[in-house]
Amino acid sequence: MNREIVVTGVGAVTPLGVGARTLYERWRAGESGIQDGKGAATEFEPTEHLTVKEVRRADRFSQFAMVASDEALAEAGWKDELPYEADRVATLIGTGIGGIGTLEAQHKMLLEKGPKAVSPLSIPLLMGNAASAAVSMRHGLRGHSFATLSACAAGAHAIGTAARMIQTGDADAVVTGGSEAALTPLATAAFAALDALSDKGVSRPFDAQRDGFVMGEGAAVLVLEDGDRARERGATILARLAGYGASSDSYHLTAPEKDGGGAIEAMTQALRDAGYGPQDVVYVNAHGTSTPLNDRAETIAIKKVLGDKVPVSSLKSAIGHLLGAAGAVEAVATILAMRDRIAPPTLNYEHPEEGLDLDYVPNEARTLDINGKKAVALSNAFGFGGHNAVLCLEVA
Amino acid sequence: MAATVTPEAVEKTVTEALPQFGVDESQITRDATFEELDVDSLDLAELSQIIEDEYGVQLKGDDVGKIKTVGDAIDLVVSRAG
Repeated sequence: MNREIVVTGVGAVTPLGVGARTLYERWRAGESGIQDGKGAATEFEPTEHLTVKEVRRADRFSQFAMVASDEALAEAGWKDELPYEADRVATLIGTGIGGIGTLEAQHKMLLEKGPKAVSPLSIPLLMGNAASAAVSMRHGLRGHSFATLSACAAGAHAIGTAARMIQTGDADAVVTGGSEAALTPLATAAFAALDALSDKGVSRPFDAQRDGFVMGEGAAVLVLEDGDRARERGATILARLAGYGASSDSYHLTAPEKDGGGAIEAMTQALRDAGYGPQDVVYVNAHGTSTPLNDRAETIAIKKVLGDKVPVSSLKSAIGHLLGAAGAVEAVATILAMRDRIAPPTLNYEHPEEGLDLDYVPNEARTLDINGKKAVALSNAFGFGGHNAVLCLEVA
Repeated sequence: MAATVTPEAVEKTVTEALPQFGVDESQITRDATFEELDVDSLDLAELSQIIEDEYGVQLKGDDVGKIKTVGDAIDLVVSRAG
């Protein structure tokens, strides 16, 4: 990357609570946000953060993004005034599915009460760009604004694309991230029909007894800025987005390539973009879904790119799979963990499987012994459709 | 079966509907403008739907553009029904 991209604020709403620090600290402590086989954001009460009108005008996935953006902008010091011209600040929030809760509720109205009962707010709430729209309106951001849609890679794609916007000069800063609220009957039944969900309702990435993912919901938002501009205004820099890589498996609609090919390409690109070699990476925040196929293919990919010594863990063990929000939530958690030089744990890891022999940081967080080196981490996100997006994050 | 349209009935419907959109109930009078109440085109689309459901009176396009106050809306519904 030529223009330096820095992160100056983060925010999150997740099954571990409201707030980015809450997420990270609870994960580090080994707490789980999964109950009854799902990762619901149970501590999120929309009316504590939003007006009646704002709640009515936003699907749950947009509400998550709005609240996460408030936290991120406050941390960046943007709360009272934008530090840039409004048309130089872009908004880019990814989602896997968008407002499916609204879609399902309104489809029910259509079937039960007829077309005249369908709410005029249906489309503006369910559209996949609704979270980006809500965040840009909330904060008066008038630069480029749209959504990335790439299933479970959408959050990471948003962040990577946001960095490119700054690098090409289209923006000085971007409010970016991912959001998802798909704990709905249709989405749950559909993932179950694919045999993608854990029958036991347990998220145990990389464990021999893993049997699918656990669905979760939430959002994370980051403020990215041009490094020089951020320093000029005296901003506190949380991390650098040092590199970004993306690729497509071009292989199968849902299954990853068995030899990890597309993931290897994205990880390699991210490292090359950052100008780092495998020996520089001190931690990998894995996509680690707890599905038999992903965790095997991802292990192969990590070994190929980085060898078998680097600590690897999965946040999905604590909150489930947040789909289009996952890449953003995991990037936020990775940044906070790297600031503390901590590898947070992969929970529920008990039974090793042959060939899955990386250091998965089982069950307890560990201090990274990196002797004053920069903390360089990769955060992986892979989605249905064979979409791969990898972020290289660096904390001084 | 649509309800009987009287000014009082329509006023009650409107007064009960607007707070669901986030309008402060104490601000709602016949003379209050929708602009003052921060009721926009999306809110009016929802209000139109409620009115049609209750009274069988359709408010569309031009109609919605003409009404400025709560009283305008009530009068229009009553006149349409008559």
